[in-house]
Amino acid sequence: MELSEMVESLVYRKPDSLRDVATHYCPGCTHGVAHRLVAEVIDELGMREKTIGVAPVGCSVFAYNYFNMDFAEAAHGRAPAMATGIKRVNPDNLVFTYQGDGDLASIGAAEILHAAGRGENITVVFINNAIYGMTGGQMAPTTLPGQRTTSTPLGRDVEVHGFPLRMCEVLSQLDGSAYVARRSLHDVPNIRKAKKALRQAFEVQLNGLGFAMVELLSSCPTNWGMSAADSLVWIEEHMIPMFPLGDFKVSPGVTSVGGRES
Amino acid sequence: MARELLEGNVAFAEAAIRAGCEAYFGYPITPQTEALEHMARRMPELGRAFLQAESEVAAINMVYGAACTGARVMSSSSSPGVSLMMEGLSYIAGSEVPAVLVDIMRGGPGLGNIAPSQGDYFQIVKGGGHGDYRPIVLAPATVQELINLTVEAFDLAERYRCIVVVLADGSLGQMMEPAELPPMRALRPSAERPEWALSGAEGRSPNVISSIYLEPLEEEEFNRRLLAKQAEIEAHEVRFRELALDDAELAVVAFGTSGRVAQSAVKLARQEGIKVGLMRPISLNPFPYEALGGLADRMRGFLVVEMNGGQMVEDVRLAVEGKAPVRFYGRMGGVVPFPDEILAEIRQVNASVEA
Repeated sequence: MELSEMVESLVYRKPDSLRDVATHYCPGCTHGVAHRLVAEVIDELGMREKTIGVAPVGCSVFAYNYFNMDFAEAAHGRAPAMATGIKRVNPDNLVFTYQGDGDLASIGAAEILHAAGRGENITVVFINNAIYGMTGGQMAPTTLPGQRTTSTPLGRDVEVHGFPLRMCEVLSQLDGSAYVARRSLHDVPNIRKAKKALRQAFEVQLNGLGFAMVELLSSCPTNWGMSAADSLVWIEEHMIPMFPLGDFKVSPGVTSVGGRES
Repeated sequence: MARELLEGNVAFAEAAIRAGCEAYFGYPITPQTEALEHMARRMPELGRAFLQAESEVAAINMVYGAACTGARVMSSSSSPGVSLMMEGLSYIAGSEVPAVLVDIMRGGPGLGNIAPSQGDYFQIVKGGGHGDYRPIVLAPATVQELINLTVEAFDLAERYRCIVVVLADGSLGQMMEPAELPPMRALRPSAERPEWALSGAEGRSPNVISSIYLEPLEEEEFNRRLLAKQAEIEAHEVRFRELALDDAELAVVAFGTSGRVAQSAVKLARQEGIKVGLMRPISLNPFPYEALGGLADRMRGFLVVEMNGGQMVEDVRLAVEGKAPVRFYGRMGGVVPFPDEILAEIRQVNASVEA
């Protein structure tokens, strides 16, 4: 084949929904993967110019610097309330929150519970890495029993610190939840499943079906004190047994677009 | 519009609706719950947003979210509920989005009681939440003023992109008196919302609303901007009422309900020949320092009356700058003073300056 006959075909590019900037995330952190998946889904739905995101307090506090769309920055844990306010006055916007485990499951437990209970028509992206990242590795509500953090230096003792919260299991019990699923970002097959679930969660909102949340098991090599590669193995070996993957709530109105775990 | 017999809580809620309020988020708390109930009925029938939140924390953050879209939005509550809102109010101030809050104060601290109080002057007027900010604070003394100031609050909030608090107490929220509601304003179309608002970045670069300035010099610059705004507010938005001050030698200073009771006391004192007048601040921020300073040059004494242990009196003393004695009389815990109590104080001030 002559060189002049070759056609360049683009197989991989930055989504329009992401800005062309470097992030502040640590090497090996899966926030970058999660951002990209959310951005790809919003691109594919053609909704970038109709989307309003709500950033949390935590490592993803600067999410609005990376997503190329309108964004608000919430107080710690209050993103679901803020998203509620936005969605109630602008029902035509696609509104999502992006929250970590401390933000969603600890300080914001009331806000997420009631947003789900109301069937608030918003999409929640929940990053569970079992630790507080931004403040430097303290115990999260999802820290595993025995897991060492800077505030559980001898490991999480459930007699003292209680048990991790499984938020998908909790929120799936609420009638307002339309779609609640947990996925993992530790390898490519699971990342592909995570994207399908995110797409499902945004489509639930577009169809006005109610509250949708996708929990993404994520890594924190820096605060776990391990290499990026080891941290992915740790997700598989330690987090998934505590936080099983799957669809925890698929309300009858939710039409499958292939996002469900088979 | 004709005058009608209106309860304060219902009156300000309906006034907000007529001022173009597009969304209300609140939580029941006595003595302001009738406002939430009025909104629960009226907002849906007008196709506007009403939501009873799970807490005041959530309510103010819903207000924050809706305010980011440029919609006219409000909440109302009473003292303990407003304490829970302080976090959200600080974020709203730090993001410079407009929002209106009506605080129908009750006795405290703690759970306190449901009787009228002015114990939250410091909390509201001086900021309340963390960081350097001040809301505009307007203090009505009648149901009519409560109506008028609520309407004005929405305009001021948008003009200055700030929080405006209408600060009243349980007696004003619960009392009924004749008042006139304003005409219904047409809602602003969502396409005409401000350019900074979040609406989806259609054909423009994204808008981001945040209160983060990680670099101290940038944060300082932002704080300077808030200060400049405060200066602008001080230059243009001072509001107060004066009664019988032209020939007065003594001035009573009181706001809201205590100002209303003090007005009766001043009239009684005048009948006794005491040359006393009333200065009733309506804007508590901006505080009428200059007007009070002017009075201090010609008054022989001041009496400050509040339904608290002495809060606004500090601002009066700042304004008077030691030029005349400032006496304080306060009732606390939900007790409203009677005119004769204040009259007795006026007599004492009169006697002491003549001695």
